[in-house]
Amino acid sequence: MQSHIEIDAVEDEPTGLARFYATARRFMRNRSFAIGAVLFGSVVLVTFLGPLLTDVSPNALSMRNRFQPPSFDNLLGTDNLGRDMFARVIYGAQLSLMIGTSVVILNAIFGVMLGALAGFYARLDNILMRIADALMAFPAVLLAIGIAAALGPSSMTAIIALSVVYVPRTARVVRSSVLVVKELDFVMAARASGATDFRIIMKHVLPNSMAPMIVQLSFVFAYSVLSEAVLSFMGLGAPPTVPSWGILISEGRAYMREAAWLTVVPGVAIAITALGLNLLGDGLRDVLDPRMKVEEG
Amino acid sequence: MIGYTVSRLLQAIPILFLVSLFAFGMIYLIPGDAATVIGGPEASAADLEEIRQNMGLNEPFYLQITSFYTNLFQGDLGKSLMLGTPVLDAIIDRTPITLGISIYSLSITIIFGLVTGIIAALNHNKLLDQIATLFALIGISLPNFWLALILIVLFSVHLGWFPTGGYVAFSESPIGWLKTTTMPAVALALLQAGLLTRITRSTMLEVLSQDYIRTARAKGLSEWVVVGQHALANVMMPVVTVLGLILSVLLSGSIVIEVIYNIPGLGSLMGNAILSRDFPLVQGGLISIAASLLFLNIVVDVLYFWLDPRIRIKSRD
Repeated sequence: MQSHIEIDAVEDEPTGLARFYATARRFMRNRSFAIGAVLFGSVVLVTFLGPLLTDVSPNALSMRNRFQPPSFDNLLGTDNLGRDMFARVIYGAQLSLMIGTSVVILNAIFGVMLGALAGFYARLDNILMRIADALMAFPAVLLAIGIAAALGPSSMTAIIALSVVYVPRTARVVRSSVLVVKELDFVMAARASGATDFRIIMKHVLPNSMAPMIVQLSFVFAYSVLSEAVLSFMGLGAPPTVPSWGILISEGRAYMREAAWLTVVPGVAIAITALGLNLLGDGLRDVLDPRMKVEEG
Repeated sequence: MIGYTVSRLLQAIPILFLVSLFAFGMIYLIPGDAATVIGGPEASAADLEEIRQNMGLNEPFYLQITSFYTNLFQGDLGKSLMLGTPVLDAIIDRTPITLGISIYSLSITIIFGLVTGIIAALNHNKLLDQIATLFALIGISLPNFWLALILIVLFSVHLGWFPTGGYVAFSESPIGWLKTTTMPAVALALLQAGLLTRITRSTMLEVLSQDYIRTARAKGLSEWVVVGQHALANVMMPVVTVLGLILSVLLSGSIVIEVIYNIPGLGSLMGNAILSRDFPLVQGGLISIAASLLFLNIVVDVLYFWLDPRIRIKSRD
């Protein structure tokens, strides 16, 4: 609930860099966080450095090299059209991280705004939470693919659909911590000193309700990566010309018998990313607030 | 008890109204002309006109929404474009298949989730705990549709234990049913089992640190009685509360899983409806699934209220 990081740091009165190291050490001592950071960090690294490691285009056809199993020339083998799987998986990672990041940013903006309003104003709370309840009454993936079907397949559609699904969940998490924080003495003190509602929310309530939200956002990132794969597997996400992970799996499906790696590799990529993010979320929860329980799903 | 049930049911009414409103509004998300999108590229002008007639798209907005609600109150969810039959019939037709697989999958989830969660908690921070925690983490991180494909490669293609897809009704052949539903049920159970293991483990750890457990141990009760009776009863409570969530996740998963395994259930019905832009069916499915889940959650809450005396007392204050 409190931002321990600052408090701890202030006690030792360290300078900027030392303070950063102290915080980093605090987090890295948590094993979940450390492993999660390494896993997710390497996914991010490979995604951005990958294009430097391979000069092959993800869509370059090579009919002579069809169905090559993984080797030095093609680290992850080639597909039915001789395209390099390594290049394709990296390209898919860029898309997956882009969509995940966008959903997280939209959740951070709208989830926090709506959650803070609902938590702070009892009258708005009733309306906003009924809307959230209604949206959460639909199974997550069903709602996402329903919205995606209506909007028509594209990466933008996936971002919108997944945000509609997860913003109510984030708003709920923010709301419940705002409900606790707004009753604390320092909020009353701020109000007594004549601070406006806006100032109280921005300066006092939100900074002290951040911990559960940060944890929630790392799980939202993981769910987004998984759900985006479902959307594109069903043909409702990125267009088929883009090698997103879900599309790679659905293309590999036809050749599961003779070239299983085409299906296995993108799935493992999704799993590593989601695993890293889930571990990060667990670690953040342990470090930021051990008593906290996160709404999953 | 009755008062509580009634108040929970009353609370559901505005939510149900919003649920139906969202489902209704879905058609307005379609960019451009809805009929063209629904009809697809091959539709002729006459086809499009028929779609507009069928769905009332030519009517002014207020007529569309009033007739939507009049029909809804009469239990009429419209006609499926892809099947040509009433939406409600199609849904009722397919539901038992999905329900059967869901119950199968739920049993796997509960047994696996409870057992691994309890084992993990009893061996807190030891090797077994770490293995169980890792399994649970992998469970919530693997895409289940991908696992479904991997299971097919392993157990159908290579080992030949199960058919690659299809469905045999339980009434026709129980063994056939088991053969066709085991892989889908396992693929579906994975995610929830991971969730449940995590919840069971953390609840069990909390319960084990309570005073009454220390008292039970101090009395000299066997570990079996302490864990099996005193602790387990209290672990079950949070498990009951996540049942609604678990079923929701199950239904989400069943869309892709049923399409992959070619099972004619509610999931593949919804999946195909969405892919062929059969909006009356999508809307009807969304409303009935959300309504059933809401109702199920109320049943769970009432059960919880009935099982846990603490809540009963708190609500009296």
